[in-house]
Amino acid sequence: MTITVAGTKKEVKEGLTVAQLIIDEDVETPMYVTVSINDEFVDSGAFETTLLKDGDSVEFLYFMGGGC
Amino acid sequence: MIKLSKEDFEKILNHAIKELPDEACGLIAGEKNGDDKIIKKVYLLTNIDHSNEHFSLDPKEQLAAVKDMRANGIVPLGNWHSHPESPSRPSEEDKRLAYDKTASYMILSLMNREEPVLNSFKISGDTAEKEELVIE
Repeated sequence: MTITVAGTKKEVKEGLTVAQLIIDEDVETPMYVTVSINDEFVDSGAFETTLLKDGDSVEFLYFMGGGC
Repeated sequence: MIKLSKEDFEKILNHAIKELPDEACGLIAGEKNGDDKIIKKVYLLTNIDHSNEHFSLDPKEQLAAVKDMRANGIVPLGNWHSHPESPSRPSEEDKRLAYDKTASYMILSLMNREEPVLNSFKISGDTAEKEELVIE
């Protein structure tokens, strides 16, 4: 199936989870990553169980914050 | 070196003043040319902490900004935030949450409202190094 990751189309196997995609994409600092699928944010507790579907568009966002 | 236009500096400054007493924050994007960065666009995002001691970017606005960058052919260069009552230097929390050592972290101090100070830093672990910032 074909999904779009950060604007780039990719062929991936059926049954791919968000957690596996994070590994496959070699996402840096995964503890700080937020994932959206088709503009909907995925709870980090559901990364292991959320299956990607053909045509999904995935974005990885990194938490940005700080103090003073 | 990182270059910021006077117009974009004013944009950041005006937003940071408007958000007082809270910290203000956003993203910077543009072009990379070797070690040099040219900021082409600054993004003013909501500080969802609504605090004068902390900031967190609104993820929905962050997502929209990333898409806008892609649509405009520019790349993320880092982020900016204000320090309403403290100097323009990374706090311990700023360092702890700076995960990308290639990014530029810009900090605008409004400690002296008459003389705001903007600096840009690269942060790696506990070490923050000021980078040359050109505003013109």
